[in-house]
Amino acid sequence: MNWFINGEFKDPKAGLLGDSGDKMWFKCWDEISNLSFKIHHQYYQFIGSKKVCKSWWRKLLFSWIIGWTLASVSIFCYMSSLATEKRKETLTSMCDERARMLQDQFNVSMNHIQAMSILISTFHHGKTPSAIDQETFARYTEQTAFERPLTSGVAYAVRVLHSEREQFERQQGWTIKRMYTLEPSQIQEEYAPVIFAQDIVSHVVSLDMLSGKEDCENVLRARRSGKGVLTAPFRLLKTNRLGVILTFAVYKRDLPSNATPNERIQATDGYLGGVFDIESLVEKLLQQLSSKQTILVNVFDTSNQSYPISMYGSNASNDGLEHVSHLNFGDPFRKHEMRCRFKQKPPLPWVAITTSIFILVIALLVGHIFHATVNRIAKVEDDCHKMMELKKQAEAADIAKSQFLATVSHEIRTPMNGVLGMLDMLMDTNLDVTQLDYVRTAQASGKALVALINEVLDQAKIESGKLELEEVQFDLRAVLDDVLSLFSGKSQDKGVELAVYISDRVPEMLIGDPGRFRQIITNLMGNSIKFTEKGHILVTVHLVEEVIDSIEVETEASSKNTLSGFPVADRRQSWKGFRTFSQEEPVHSFSDSINLIVSVEDTGLGIPSEAQPRVFTPFMQVDPSISRTHGGTGIGLSISKCLVGLMNGEIGFVSIPKVGSTFTFTAVFASCSSSSKEYKSQKINSQSNTVSSELHGMRALVMDPRPVRAKVSRYHIQRLGIHVEVISDWKQGLSIINKGDSAIHMVLIEQEVWDRDLKSSGLFINKLEKIGHGTPPKVFLLSNSVNSSSGNATTGACDLSIISKPLRASMLAASLQRAMGIGSKGNPRNGELPSMSLRNLLLGRKILIVDDNNVNLKVAAGALKKYGADVVSATRGTEAIELLTPPHQFDACFMDIQMPEMDGFEATRRIRGVEQNFNNRIQFGELSVDACNNVSNWHVPILAMTADVIQATHEQCQRTASTLAFFGINKFRFFPTGNICFCCRVKVSCCPSKVKRSRALRSQNIVSKLTSLPFQQCKHNITTVSGGMLVFVSGNLQLAGEQHALKFSQHIAPQYCYPLALALEHSASLRCASST
Amino acid sequence: MDLVKLQRQLVDYRDSLYHECFLDEQFTQLQELQDENNPDFVVEVVSLFFEDSERLLNELTKALEQQSIDFKRVDAHVHQLKGSSSSIGAQRVQKSCIAFRNYCEEQNVEGCLTCLQLVRQEYYLVKSKLEALFKLEQQILSAGGSIPI
Repeated sequence: MNWFINGEFKDPKAGLLGDSGDKMWFKCWDEISNLSFKIHHQYYQFIGSKKVCKSWWRKLLFSWIIGWTLASVSIFCYMSSLATEKRKETLTSMCDERARMLQDQFNVSMNHIQAMSILISTFHHGKTPSAIDQETFARYTEQTAFERPLTSGVAYAVRVLHSEREQFERQQGWTIKRMYTLEPSQIQEEYAPVIFAQDIVSHVVSLDMLSGKEDCENVLRARRSGKGVLTAPFRLLKTNRLGVILTFAVYKRDLPSNATPNERIQATDGYLGGVFDIESLVEKLLQQLSSKQTILVNVFDTSNQSYPISMYGSNASNDGLEHVSHLNFGDPFRKHEMRCRFKQKPPLPWVAITTSIFILVIALLVGHIFHATVNRIAKVEDDCHKMMELKKQAEAADIAKSQFLATVSHEIRTPMNGVLGMLDMLMDTNLDVTQLDYVRTAQASGKALVALINEVLDQAKIESGKLELEEVQFDLRAVLDDVLSLFSGKSQDKGVELAVYISDRVPEMLIGDPGRFRQIITNLMGNSIKFTEKGHILVTVHLVEEVIDSIEVETEASSKNTLSGFPVADRRQSWKGFRTFSQEEPVHSFSDSINLIVSVEDTGLGIPSEAQPRVFTPFMQVDPSISRTHGGTGIGLSISKCLVGLMNGEIGFVSIPKVGSTFTFTAVFASCSSSSKEYKSQKINSQSNTVSSELHGMRALVMDPRPVRAKVSRYHIQRLGIHVEVISDWKQGLSIINKGDSAIHMVLIEQEVWDRDLKSSGLFINKLEKIGHGTPPKVFLLSNSVNSSSGNATTGACDLSIISKPLRASMLAASLQRAMGIGSKGNPRNGELPSMSLRNLLLGRKILIVDDNNVNLKVAAGALKKYGADVVSATRGTEAIELLTPPHQFDACFMDIQMPEMDGFEATRRIRGVEQNFNNRIQFGELSVDACNNVSNWHVPILAMTADVIQATHEQCQRTASTLAFFGINKFRFFPTGNICFCCRVKVSCCPSKVKRSRALRSQNIVSKLTSLPFQQCKHNITTVSGGMLVFVSGNLQLAGEQHALKFSQHIAPQYCYPLALALEHSASLRCASST
Repeated sequence: MDLVKLQRQLVDYRDSLYHECFLDEQFTQLQELQDENNPDFVVEVVSLFFEDSERLLNELTKALEQQSIDFKRVDAHVHQLKGSSSSIGAQRVQKSCIAFRNYCEEQNVEGCLTCLQLVRQEYYLVKSKLEALFKLEQQILSAGGSIPI
C-alpha cells in the first residue's frame, strides 16, 4: 500500500521539486523494494518539511477538478453525439422508406396509366369505329381506379389538326373549348380536346389541353419523348388542390425506341393524362405507416433548383435535423425530393447529462475529500508544530525555572555563608551569656536556612538533570557512623534508641557517592527522628542477595522482637514492590556490583494511609500542620527518591499509623576489588583502624536478652576486632567467665538489664572481681541516654564505665581504650583541625622574595617575617636564578611577574631549566645525592606575585593563570600585606587531554565546597581554564583569620592545590615527589 | 594629660588621613606588621618609599624633558611608583599614577606633564602628612606613651 502511495506521488513530485527532488527520489527508488515503509516515511517527512507541498497539493487538487470536469464534458458530448447520430439514422431510414413507397406507388400508377394508353391506342384508335366511348371509358377507369392509387382522375385527349376540326366537332357534337375560359378555342394549328374522362374529371371533356400552359407543355414534351412526363405541381381545376398531371402520348403505331421526336410527333394520336392529387395521395400513403406522427414530410419539386415548389407538407420551417430523399417519378425532366424532419425537437440527452454529472459529482467529492484530508493534515501538522513550539517553550521555562532556582539558591547561599562565618567569628570573641545565646540561635537558624537552600538546590539540580554522582571509594560503615553521631545528640535528648547494623557480607570499601548516600540516610533518619518520640530507630544494611536468600527463612520478625521492644512495621512489606525482588533471577551478572538494601525502621507516628501515595512528591507533606510542628519542606524524600534512582536503586516504605514506618531502599555500588588506581581512597575515619589494632584479639561478653539489640552491639564491637559472645542473663555470663578457657577482657551490659535488677548486677560485679584469672574483666554499661546513666553510674561499683549509645566504632573504641588504659596519645579527635597556625608553618622556612620594587619587597618581606619566615630578598631575576641554582636551602620562592630585564616567567623558566639539568646529573650519577642535601629531585615551589590582579580583568587573570601554569610557577599569589589570592589548580594538569568528565565534575564539586566555606566572606572569583580548573580565591587573610585560611587550605588539600601553607608544609616532600 | 591630648590628636589626625583618602587600609595592615621584632617597620618602609619616589619623580621629570620621549621607560617608572604607593597605601598617589599610565599609553605628552605635576603634588602632600603623623607619634613615644591603635 505504501508502495502504491509512493508510486502515485512519484511523478508530480519529481516534476515539481526539480533536481533535489529527483535525487532524493532516486535514492528512494533504490530502496523501494524492501524498505517501502521507510521510504514513505522519509518521503512524507521530506514533503512535510517543504513549504512547497502546500501549493503543490493545491495544484494537484485544481488539476484534478479541471481534469474531471473536462472528462465529464467530453463524456457528455460523446454521448449526445451518439444520440444525435442514432436519431439521424432513424430519420434517414424513415424518410427513405417513405420516399421509396411513394415512388413505388407512383410507378404503379404510372404503369397503369401507360397500360391505359395502350388500351386506348388499341381499342379507340385501332378499331373503327371506336370500341370505347366516354361512357365505357368512365366506367372502366372508375372500376380500375384502385389500380392507380395515386391518381385522382384520368382523361384522354386526341390530337386534332385544324383541318380536321370541323369534322371532329361535328362528329363529337361539341366545339373545342379553351381551358379556364371555356370559350371555343381560337384557330390553332392543332388541338387536343379531351374526349374521354373519368367521372371525377368529366368536366374537362372538350377542353383543349393545348390551351392550358402546363398541359400544353406536358403534352408536347410527352409526345416528343414517348414517356410519361409530369407537370410542375399546380392548382387543379375544380378541387383547387395541388396536383401534377402525368401525360402519356398515344401513338398510331408502335415506334422504335430510338425514334426521333419528329417521328413521334407525327405518330401521335392523342394524349392520356392522369391527375395526381399529391397532397391527399401522400397523406394517404403516410397514414398507412405506423410512425407517421413522429416525422414531418415535405415533398418538393426541385426541377428548378432555386425555386423548389412545395407539393406536400406544411411550410413550418424547422432548422433542426432534416433528411432529403430523392424521388424518381420516371420523368427525367422533373426532379422531386422528399424532406423529412422530426416533428418534435430532439429530447434532451438525459443519459449523457446524468452520467456526466454523476461522474463530475464523484470527482468533486473525491476532490473534496482530498482537499479536506490535505487541509486536515496541514492543520494537524500546524497544530503539531505549535504544540512542539509550546512544548519547547514549556521545557525552556522549566529549565529556566530550575536554573533560576539554582542560581538564586546559590546566590542566597553565598551571603549566608558570610553570615555564618561572621557568626562563627563572633562566637570566638568575648560575649556574655545572653549574647552567646543570641549568636547560637542566629547560627542555628542560619544553618537551617543553608540546609534548606541546599535541598532546594539539589531539587533544582535533579530537575534540570545536572546532578551526577561521584565515584569514589568510601567506607560505608564510616559514613553511617558519621550519620549516627550527627543524630546522637537529638536521639539522646528524646530518649530514642539509635542503632546501625551492617551485615558482615557488605564489603568494607565501596565505590560510589558517599555524600549522596549519606544524604539519603540522613534524610530518612532525620524524618524518623522527627516523628519518633519513644522506641528506636534502626538502620540495617544488607546485601540484596542476602535478603532474598533469607526471605523465606526469616520468621523471627515478630513484633515483639525488636530493638526497643516496641512493635514495628514489617519491613519486608516495604520492599514488596521492588523490581529486584520480583525478578526470578536476581541480578548477579555483574560480579563487581554490589546491591545494597538499606532499611530505616522507626517506632514513630507513622504515615496516615491516605497520605502514603504522595510521600515522594516534592513539597508534599502529610498535613500542613506537620510543617508547623515539625518543620521541613517536604522535599527530602523526593530528593532521596531521585538519588536512589540515580544509584540504580528503588525506594519503598511501609507505615502503620501509631506503630511506625520503615523505609527501605536499594542502591548499586561498585565493588572495590576491581577498583583501578583512578579512585582515590577517601579515608573518612582512619583512626578506627589504628585503634582496632590495639584492641584486636580481645574477648568481650555482651549481656542482652534482646537478640536484635545484641546483634547491633556485637556488630559494633566486632568491628574493633574483638571477639564477642552474647549472653542473655547473669548466670550464663558467670558460667562463661568461670570456665576460663580464655580470658574475657570486657563485659558489656545493657543498661536495661542492669537497672532491672540492681541487686543481682551488684552481685555479678562482686563475683567478677573474685574470679582469679589475672585481671578481672572491665564492665561497661551500654546506656541509651546520657542523663540517666550518669545518675546510675554513681550507684554502681567502682569499676564501671558507661558507653552511651548510639554505638559507633570510633566512639566505642575511644571509650574502651580510656577504660582499658590503652590510650591513644596524640590522636586528635575526629573532625577537629590540628592546632597548627600559619606562624608554625612558616617558622624557620627559608623563603626568597624577588621583586624589583624596593617598597614592595620590603613590605612582602615584612609580612612573611611576621609569620616567622627566614626571608632573603632579591631585586632581579638573574639574582634569583643564582640563588636558586641547586643545591640551596630555600623552601619556596615568591616572584614578581613584572620585572625589568627579566620578568618572572622567564626567570622561572630558567630556574626550571637549571633544576632539570641538575636533576639529570643526579640521575646519571654525576652528582651524589648526599652532596645535595639528600634531595634527588629539585623543584622549588615558585609562587607568583603581582600587585595588579585586583585591577586586572577576568581575562587577564585567566591568561596569567594559564601562563603561570605553563611555566610551572606554582599556583599561588601573594599580595603585599595580607591580601592573598589562592589559586588552586585541580591536579589534572599532568594530562590535560585526558581530563575526564568525572574529574571535571569532581573539581566542580570542590569549587562548590569552597564557596560554602566560611572563608568566603572574602571576595572570590572562580574561573575555568582549559585543561583543568583553576580556582581563584582572593581575599584578605587577616580579615578572615588564620584559622579559616588553614581550614580552607586543608579542605581543598592535599590532592588538589598548593596554597601557601601547604606549599610550604609539603615543599620538602614535593621536591621529591613532583616529577615534572 | 598632655599625653592623652596628644594621643587623641594622633587618632583624629590619622582618621582624617583615611577620611580624606590619603591613606587606605593597606597602611593599616602595614602598621599591623610592625611588632617588637621590627619596631620601626612602618617608618622604614615609608622612608624607603620617599627615597624611591623622589628618585622616580626626578627620573620622570628628566624623561619628559627629553626631545623624544621614551614612553616605555616613563611607563615603567610610573608602574614602579604605583606599586610602591599602593604598597604603603598612599591611595591618592596611586590613583594619579593610574591616570598617568593611561596618558602614557596614549603617548599624550601634555597629559603626562599634567599628571606628573599632579603626582608630584600628591606625593608631597602625602609626604608632609605622613611626616606630620610620624612626628606626632615620636612626640607620644618620647613622652613615654604608647601609640593608640
